[in-house]
Amino acid sequence: MASIAAERIQQKVRDMVIRVSRDLPRDVVTALQEARERETSESGWQILDELLENAELARKQDLPLCQDTGVGVFFVEYGEDCRVEGDSLPRVLERAMAQAYEEGLLRKSLCHPLTRQNTGDNTPALIHTDLVPGSELRIRFMAKGGGSENMSRCTMLTPAQGWEGIKEFVLDRVAAAGPNPCPPTIVGVGVGGSFDQAPLLAKKSLFRPLDREHPQTEIAEMERELLGEINSLGIGPMGLGGRTTSLGVRMEMAPCHIASLPVAVNIQCHSSRHEEVVFP
Amino acid sequence: MKTHHLRPPLSEEAVRELRIGDRVYLSGRLYTARDAAHKRLIQALDQGEEIPVPLQGAVIYYVGPTPAPPGRPIGSAGPTTSYRMDSFSPRLYSLGLRATMGKGRRSPEVKQALQQYGGVYLAATGGAGALLSQCITKARIIAYEDLGPEAVRELSVENFPAVVANDSHGGELFAQPRRSG
Repeated sequence: MASIAAERIQQKVRDMVIRVSRDLPRDVVTALQEARERETSESGWQILDELLENAELARKQDLPLCQDTGVGVFFVEYGEDCRVEGDSLPRVLERAMAQAYEEGLLRKSLCHPLTRQNTGDNTPALIHTDLVPGSELRIRFMAKGGGSENMSRCTMLTPAQGWEGIKEFVLDRVAAAGPNPCPPTIVGVGVGGSFDQAPLLAKKSLFRPLDREHPQTEIAEMERELLGEINSLGIGPMGLGGRTTSLGVRMEMAPCHIASLPVAVNIQCHSSRHEEVVFP
Repeated sequence: MKTHHLRPPLSEEAVRELRIGDRVYLSGRLYTARDAAHKRLIQALDQGEEIPVPLQGAVIYYVGPTPAPPGRPIGSAGPTTSYRMDSFSPRLYSLGLRATMGKGRRSPEVKQALQQYGGVYLAATGGAGALLSQCITKARIIAYEDLGPEAVRELSVENFPAVVANDSHGGELFAQPRRSG
């Protein structure tokens, strides 16, 4: 039984949450640079240059990449043979996140859904936990912005609609979102599962780096096909036209009911902020 | 496509000269307001009260910044998505507001108001909050402090960059998605 001290988790998670807000992952920076090479629109060049400059400034000046420092989303893989000593894991994660938002001068963006009163410390954190075999504790964190989240949707297709129906739904969604979710985006697609699982698959898919293909070749092929069609829409950076509407499509699948074909599209803006820490 | 250096308050004449695709650099005073502040502004107007934003010729920037680090006027401060303010904007344009700045599309009602009252909608680069904050030299909260990041701020800016996305002549800069089949 591996034992992990709660204070150690809190410190590491706090640091990760602050780092995520300021340091654009390398794979995203590379994807923006490659998009700059391929882009043919003048406004596209200008915007991609600004985004690359923004990433460099944020790191150098210790400023958040974007003022929307997001909702804190955790995906935890909790090894059955490890134990957190000193406190319960959800409490530790929430405390670490609140500490990061306060000390890292991040914007607190959560409020009551109707009164709109701010909760004051960016809590609650959204924590999804899977119990897994082994003695590792893997904590993934994503700071998810509201603008791209608002453009996300879930639907229940009929089994007969199949892959063509999925493609049409994704393309309709990206086209309808247009400039709103800060393109170039990353499009997370969850296929199968259930009404609640499809959006989770879509969200979880966004953790896979842009330079890593899906391990299943048929899914990797579908991702490439969708990306090609999305970039043919011509929406372009910030919706001002161009070849770069999305930097990548990430898709995950799960078996579903014989009557159903759930599909979810979770759009991620270009400021794709996520990281993970692994214990012990 | 032209480049304009503008200093609010803006005149109707200056705004009517702007065409989609023109680059605009704003210097001087901007006011910030987003969802919750708009709701309060409109409620105040409904009750016949004075509102804290002097609308004549004003530019409203849709932003909720991060807290200011020591020695800086403001934290990261890029635009938020504008359509959420669509239901409030025509009334504000009718009262003398000349420009709004955010990201993303506007409603047909807002585009109509731009033509009717001589207004403009500017798009700033979304997700470039660290970069855009470099153009902000001062920031102070002037109303609704309890709204935290959504409080109304008066910003002093220098050469704040944006592009004309909707002009007062019915023009729209955003690309129309191409769907085949």
